[in-house]
Amino acid sequence: MPTPNTPLWEVFIRSRNGLAHKHVGSLHATDATLALQAARDIYTRRGEGLSIWVVPSNAITASDPAEKGMMFEPAESKIYRHPTFYEVPDEVGHM
Amino acid sequence: MTVANISVSETPLVLYTLRRADDALILGHRLSEWCGHAPMLEEDMALANMGLDLLGQARELYAYAARVEGKGNDEDKLAYLRDARQYRNLLLLEQPNGDFARTMVRQFLYSTFADLYWRAMMRSGDATLAAIAARSEKESAYHVRHASEWIVRLGDGTEESHRRAQSAIDELWAFTGEMFAADDSERGLIEVGVAVDPAGLRAPWLKAVSEVAREATLDLPGNDWMQQGGRDGRHSEHLGHLLSEMQSVPRSFPGAAW
Repeated sequence: MPTPNTPLWEVFIRSRNGLAHKHVGSLHATDATLALQAARDIYTRRGEGLSIWVVPSNAITASDPAEKGMMFEPAESKIYRHPTFYEVPDEVGHM
Repeated sequence: MTVANISVSETPLVLYTLRRADDALILGHRLSEWCGHAPMLEEDMALANMGLDLLGQARELYAYAARVEGKGNDEDKLAYLRDARQYRNLLLLEQPNGDFARTMVRQFLYSTFADLYWRAMMRSGDATLAAIAARSEKESAYHVRHASEWIVRLGDGTEESHRRAQSAIDELWAFTGEMFAADDSERGLIEVGVAVDPAGLRAPWLKAVSEVAREATLDLPGNDWMQQGGRDGRHSEHLGHLLSEMQSVPRSFPGAAW
């Protein structure tokens, strides 16, 4: 079992060129090098990745779920912010 | 044991291939014994992954040995229906896992050698062996990195981890000489450019191992007396126990499938 002082890391994997790194999960490791190795062994066993980032979990600042009313609800009523109120000329093609 | 041993016609190329296959299978099996028992989930996965790499190498080598032999044996028969005297693996690889430090030291000593070996075998005149080597080298390169990182952390870690890593090196060192030995059967293949001359790998191996050991504040033993016999089927008592477990199902239920 991981001892309490083994830090937690968040793992991000880029599966293909041109795509962004995507959060896939977390793991325990004593340092960044071992975290990267462990991420390779746990999260890329089925050919999922071309690139791995590991980030100490405690480096992430998260929003507070209790504040979701203040944080996110005001955006729900602003449908005019979606870019659907103008015509896209045909010449532009696929956007 | 209810199923008889097969017999294998050990022509030089069959024997040479079988020795490499046995190395990979026995170490792969040892690593699989950690499954569910490693100190942490992350290493449990890593050890199982590497065990599977080795099992894959063993399968290709057994399949090739069986094809070269041409007597109706196949990879399963070669793995499951030979006893300890017929196994040709290095003594180092059948040594018990012990604690995590001991497993990592065994992994470190062998994979550093294996990576050099595969790299040399990529230039073999035998196209199948060269192709197997090219695939295996990518796997062993990672095994070297994984084990080396752990050796540094165990050696240069706590007093307890240093003590365990150092005692594992002291105990396993006498098994390393066998990696660089070649007998007459193998020498014939070396001369025609099929087999790798292992003697030439000793200096680069020692250099690589010494560099990691230095960083890990571990001492390499000075003793030059080396164990041998694995290549000829003279094994330590541990191999028999390993085989009896690994072979129990195919021996008791021949041809069983699910």
